[in-house]
Amino acid sequence: MSRALKAAYAVAVYLFLYAPIAVLIAFSFNDSKYGASWRGFTLRWYADLAQDTALLDAALNSLLVAALAATAATALGTLAAVALHQYRFRGRRLTQTCLFVTMMSPDIVMGVSLLVLFVSLGLTPGFLTLLLAHITFCLPFVAVTVFSRLAGFDPHLVEAAQDLGAGEFDTFRLVILPMLMPAVAAGWLLSFTLSLDDVIVSFFTTGPTFEVLPLRIYSMVKVGVKPVVNALSAILVFVTVGVVLTSHLLLGEKK
Amino acid sequence: MAARTSDRSLFRTLAVGGVMAWLLVFVAAPNLLVLGASLASRGESEFLALPVSLDSYGKLLSPLFAGVFLDSFVLAAGATLFCLLLGYPFAYILARLPKARRPLLLLLVIIPFWTNSLIRTYALVFILKTEGLLNAALLGLGLLSEPLSLLYTETAVFVGLTYTLLPFMILPLYASIEKLDPRLLEAARDLGADRLRVFWRITVPLTAPGIAAGCMLVFLPSFCLFYIPDILGGAKTLLVGNFIKNQFLAARDWPLGSAASVLLTAVMALLAVLRLRLSHPAGEEARR
Repeated sequence: MSRALKAAYAVAVYLFLYAPIAVLIAFSFNDSKYGASWRGFTLRWYADLAQDTALLDAALNSLLVAALAATAATALGTLAAVALHQYRFRGRRLTQTCLFVTMMSPDIVMGVSLLVLFVSLGLTPGFLTLLLAHITFCLPFVAVTVFSRLAGFDPHLVEAAQDLGAGEFDTFRLVILPMLMPAVAAGWLLSFTLSLDDVIVSFFTTGPTFEVLPLRIYSMVKVGVKPVVNALSAILVFVTVGVVLTSHLLLGEKK
Repeated sequence: MAARTSDRSLFRTLAVGGVMAWLLVFVAAPNLLVLGASLASRGESEFLALPVSLDSYGKLLSPLFAGVFLDSFVLAAGATLFCLLLGYPFAYILARLPKARRPLLLLLVIIPFWTNSLIRTYALVFILKTEGLLNAALLGLGLLSEPLSLLYTETAVFVGLTYTLLPFMILPLYASIEKLDPRLLEAARDLGADRLRVFWRITVPLTAPGIAAGCMLVFLPSFCLFYIPDILGGAKTLLVGNFIKNQFLAARDWPLGSAASVLLTAVMALLAVLRLRLSHPAGEEARR
């Protein structure tokens, strides 16, 4: 392929990836209710968005669950990675299998299986069940991120700490954890984004008492274009760009 | 010394125990419960009832439901193939650029990868609808005399799957193509292989792990993303995901929904095994 042809091909793919998002963002400033054509610039939809309490509540709920789920999944996932890397224990294979299954499971399978679990336990779908579900699907991604950093570790550092009298908890707290920090932070951000993005698992694991943003958007856009959703989507796209750039910088530090 | 031993056992016990307890309750148990539910009968008042039967699996094989699986399979396979054909040259071009220019261009793929796919699906409505951008462009260029009705068709669902999942194909492809040593290609050329032969005999086998990973990341979600037909395809049952969702929420036939879910898990497991075979070919093991 000639250089010009390659460049044209790459540009076409980028155009395919970005054109719909760009149009969506442009239409969030369009002064027309049905978005058929351009009627001039307006910030009306952003103002409407600020008034839409149901949507804002759903957004706050999403942020709350994402922050809590990311924190819990990061704690558990880091422990899982350290345990798998440092210790030999009974059930190690089982732990690895469960993490692998979680990562590979189609979202809908995870959603319905957790729904069946929660119903069997007599839990009403809502905040708690949603949080438990989100922690579960974030956990293996943290474990993998942290494990790959552990794999590049000098094992002598851990041996040295233990020779100097540190117990396993002190070794973890004073030696392993500080070195893992970039991966732990990246794992947290990854979980936060995964949680915010999730539609399918949330669909099955929350109830009318606790609505989250993606589900609210889903029920709104099923029936067509909504200018308020355009404004909200534009904001979410910018938030995503911010999070991606931050995690990029964090992981870049590693190299 | 005594303190050290107890510290060791306590932290280790808590870490290992906590992680394993979580995984048993929230991963192993739910999957076993779904397997059990798929063997139950549909209840009058409860979601599940006795007796144990294979009826749900029998129903899945009936022409009506088997058709859903077949349609979904064709869509998923098509989207996977299309993403591969579209993504491979792109990933190749990207991976062969000068090192300094790659990070920014890669970041431009990662951003849509992380953008909420529901929103990206919704964004497609603006392009595909009758008075949307695509029709406006095609009419404006004189390529069409009247607008195409794309939205709420199966084609729209296909475009939606491809659009949403393309970054999931490109990123693993890029990772494996970047590792490809260009000297191997030069060596093959020096030994007289033509470009096509080099591609099929050297490039494809060496990037097979990336191809397998990318195909899996596109193929599996293609069965599940029920909101894509909901938003772009009208309210039709097109994907296995829509089918399972309907069984659990509208039809309230949990055993049938569970059986479909078990079948989907089986497909996933089969692919995972295939992929392991691909990334560790028997021949490679033998040479080591």
